[in-house]
Amino acid sequence: MARIIAGVTSSHVPAIGAAIDNHRTGEPYWQRVFEGFERSKEWIAEAKPDVVIGVYNDHASAFSVEIIPTFALGTAAEFPIADEGWGPRPVPAVKGHPELAAHIAQSVILDEFDLTLCNKMEVDHGLTVPLNLMFGTPKEWPCPVIPLAVNVVQYPPPTGHRCFMLGKAIRKAVESYPEDLKVVIFGTGGMSHQISGQRAGLINSKFDHAFLNDLTKNPKKLTRLSHLELMREAGAEGVEMVMWLIMRGALDDKVDEVYRFYTVPASNTAVGHIILENRIKASKKSSSKKPVAKIKRAAARQKIQRIRS
Amino acid sequence: MAPAKQKNEKDYDDIPGTYVFDADRSRQGYHLNMFCMSLMKAENRKAFKADEAKYLDQFPLTPDQREAILKRQYNRMLELGGNIYFTAKLGATDGHPFQHLAALMTGSTQQDYADLMLRGGRSVEGNRSRSGRFEPKKAKPKSASKGKKRRG
Repeated sequence: MARIIAGVTSSHVPAIGAAIDNHRTGEPYWQRVFEGFERSKEWIAEAKPDVVIGVYNDHASAFSVEIIPTFALGTAAEFPIADEGWGPRPVPAVKGHPELAAHIAQSVILDEFDLTLCNKMEVDHGLTVPLNLMFGTPKEWPCPVIPLAVNVVQYPPPTGHRCFMLGKAIRKAVESYPEDLKVVIFGTGGMSHQISGQRAGLINSKFDHAFLNDLTKNPKKLTRLSHLELMREAGAEGVEMVMWLIMRGALDDKVDEVYRFYTVPASNTAVGHIILENRIKASKKSSSKKPVAKIKRAAARQKIQRIRS
Repeated sequence: MAPAKQKNEKDYDDIPGTYVFDADRSRQGYHLNMFCMSLMKAENRKAFKADEAKYLDQFPLTPDQREAILKRQYNRMLELGGNIYFTAKLGATDGHPFQHLAALMTGSTQQDYADLMLRGGRSVEGNRSRSGRFEPKKAKPKSASKGKKRRG
């Protein structure tokens, strides 16, 4: 069976992508940002996910103001890189996992999350920058990626609570997929930032640190944050942090925080990055080697979690 | 567990210096944003740069929107229904880094804006609400931290 082993949050600031594409990562300004992801690259090389589910938002690339899907799941075999006004980023096209994506779609829709499904979708920096931060700049991305685009451009985005519950439904879907797959889920964007209007440049580090603490230990508290509060405290565009709660909802209630990095600024934004591991992980070689009792305990725990939510 | 609720749809108008892009603004700014969207294609960027006024004739913009685009008045574009992720494409077409736009919107120079960000950004203190209702006792943060340095 497939299993979500960990969740990662990562900034997706476009200027980070530009720094990579223009070979400026060695500059002191950017070094400070990229150094924070060195350990993360080692971590993911060790974790070797078979699939990544990338929760991100489209920035007027695949979706304009014509159609605004709240949750859009990419079910294609491949997702081309969008031209965002500078020409497409010179990164590999994102290969999907259509079978698992179709399975997730079916499962979560029957669980009453009415997704939009995309058999054709270009992906922008929102997805590709986190892939760079975690995997570097390989010729091909090391594993398939299922994009889940969340509307945070036109108000209102889905609530944090809705996102958290969708995460739980995604987890259930993944765990009912018969193939043994290790899945890592990315929640991208954030942290505090505002890039529009006279209040642009807003950063709220105190809020960000509290958010990171709660993300690990008390995510349900974050599901009660209103959009108004998020925009007021973390900036109009900081509201995109609701996406992190999809990632968090897909994990155990109790997780191990194995890494955290926070820095200000990357361009206009506070960068927050965290790696959370589920305590019952898939065995590195084969999940069939896991002690039966452990699996039963894990299954029981998951059942309890579902009832509680 | 009850989902988060918004008390009043337009509560967010209380946030200073902010144009929340909601369905009303989206409707109002539809053609402005679709113009920006057209700049995702290289040939359109070229055509726009060659003759801006002529290029804009393809879009049923209001005179105000048209003027804001031609004069690169980025806050005015937001006020007239533009969205920053769309108007940023106009900035990119002009060859400007995003901080150039941010500087224009905040009435500062690009260098001053970049320096503000390096100092940790614009403080939320005094910037929460027009009415001052949320200063400061309703502030969210609970854990004190130095803010800039990594942990772990």
